[in-house]
Amino acid sequence: MVSEITTTRVTFKVFRFNMETDYLPYYKTYEMDVTSEEVVLDILNRIKWEFDGSFSYRRSCRHGICGACAIKVNGKGVLACKERINDLIAMFGTELRFDPLSEKRAIKDMIIDKKDFWVKHEQVNPYLDSHIEEHPDMECAVTPAQAEALLDADYCIQCGLCHYSCPVIEINEEYIGPAAFAKAYRFNADVRDDGIDHRIDIINAPGAGVWDCVKCYECTQVCPKEVDPFEKITKLHNQVFEHGRALNNVATRHAVGFAHSIKKHGLLDEGELVRYSEGNLGVMKHVPVAIKMFTKGKIVLPWNMPKSENLDEIQKLVKSSSTAKF
Amino acid sequence: MKQLEYALFTGCTAKESTPEQLMSTYAVANKLGIKIVELVEASCCGASHLQDYDDFLSLVLNARNIAYAEKRGMTMITICNTCQINTAMTKHRLDHDAALKARVNEKLAEVGLEYKGTSEIKHFLYALIDDFGLDQIQSMVSVPLSQFNIAPFYGCHNIRPSELQHESNGGENPYNPRSLDDLIAALGGKSVDYEEKNKCCGFHAELQAPHTAAMLTGKALMGAMDQNADWMVTPCPLCHLKLDTQYAHASKAVGRDVKMPVLHMQQMVGLALGCSKEELGLKHHVSEVNFI
Repeated sequence: MVSEITTTRVTFKVFRFNMETDYLPYYKTYEMDVTSEEVVLDILNRIKWEFDGSFSYRRSCRHGICGACAIKVNGKGVLACKERINDLIAMFGTELRFDPLSEKRAIKDMIIDKKDFWVKHEQVNPYLDSHIEEHPDMECAVTPAQAEALLDADYCIQCGLCHYSCPVIEINEEYIGPAAFAKAYRFNADVRDDGIDHRIDIINAPGAGVWDCVKCYECTQVCPKEVDPFEKITKLHNQVFEHGRALNNVATRHAVGFAHSIKKHGLLDEGELVRYSEGNLGVMKHVPVAIKMFTKGKIVLPWNMPKSENLDEIQKLVKSSSTAKF
Repeated sequence: MKQLEYALFTGCTAKESTPEQLMSTYAVANKLGIKIVELVEASCCGASHLQDYDDFLSLVLNARNIAYAEKRGMTMITICNTCQINTAMTKHRLDHDAALKARVNEKLAEVGLEYKGTSEIKHFLYALIDDFGLDQIQSMVSVPLSQFNIAPFYGCHNIRPSELQHESNGGENPYNPRSLDDLIAALGGKSVDYEEKNKCCGFHAELQAPHTAAMLTGKALMGAMDQNADWMVTPCPLCHLKLDTQYAHASKAVGRDVKMPVLHMQQMVGLALGCSKEELGLKHHVSEVNFI
């Protein structure tokens, strides 16, 4: 179906900053008529060509494959060459704000310093760790089923959208982040790779590893290639246990504790989960909040712990369906 | 209108740390004439953590919960965003993978159950808006919330990922969610726009990454305060626990006193419909509800 080309008047509020000359960033407003055929990259080009030649941004392939042109529009991470302006108008109206992926990493206008992204990427050994015969007798064939095990993690174009949409990256500088985790999974899932245990130990580290994920799904939502980093983060958690490399710490016990509680009550015993996860000593730091909660009737004492009906079914299923060990 | 009927998956917090949430759910349902049957057999959904340890067990348990809604021939409603996503994600995976569904059903058969995929799953918020109707709710408001600036806090697991939220649940746009804003307006209140309304509260990393979690909570409370909110409202009891009980840690993390009353979505609706504060369990808040 051929749809008619429409034109809309749009106000663009654009983040401007030159780290060599500006003390603080500021917003500059550009108004223009935009057609329904244009994408964000067309607007970036028009700002540079029609308004201000000094306006700076990264672009290269304009086909959604080089990953250079990622920016944020009204807080939504987009690949500029892929995102249609009309979709954004439908979402946010006719005033659109362009920001670099990360304000604190801004160098000039839309251009940011992606150094931390590449450092994290490097950290997970993003290559096949394998002994390759220089003169093999036959090819190293990967079957379609084996290739599918990558779950499209190899589609990542390293645009940084998930990394700079992740709220943990903004707070915890150690955190490896969704893009590098997806990359770690990509090689862990490769049948030719021998480096999985080492890579698991990297992504299993407290503070830096997968356990600090807040499960907000921002990465999966923003990814322009449908890599679904959150799914890969879950898979990495599973690999930690499958390969027997789980550390005995608050994070792993927090995951395992659910199985204990469900087996006993069907429902979760909230207090016991915190005690089991933190340990008898660690749990003490939660006492002040727990006392406040208790006075408001928000803590169920152990002898009043509610149970699911038909608990025997749940217990039978926990016994027969458990696939993990700790 | 035919009476609406739902199978309620309460989740665990409604039975433990947020009793006010269950009370207000029933108070609102009674006021609106919605019939609720509690899924008393349901287990914990695993809260997005069990799946990290044992994904298959998590699927089996969630499929069992859904099977009980199916047995009753009813749509399942949830009152927790995380229950919602875990249950809806289980449904999505089983409905799209026949082999996985067969493996799960093999286990369920041991206890005489079967997952068929016949029940819808949605958060109570969207049952109210999409099934009952905002206009209908608006026409029943007896105590309009006109004197309040209310900051909606959506909670990640009701708005992302959009593919899943469209398939079952509210089909919200995660970058510009509307449901709570529309609901606030229908109840006569003024909704507050702020940057963090569709962001993460940090709940799921609270034990293993306390600083990250406290920072996220603090930022959310600060964002609402800076836009002159009188109180916040959320459909998720886990967000609620974080915002309501953890303000001391949050204040310390962001270097500012960020205490603010936070209501459950059901409590807000109940207030406007004229429910009493006892019915809505308003005394169960750690950040006191001091405006009623």
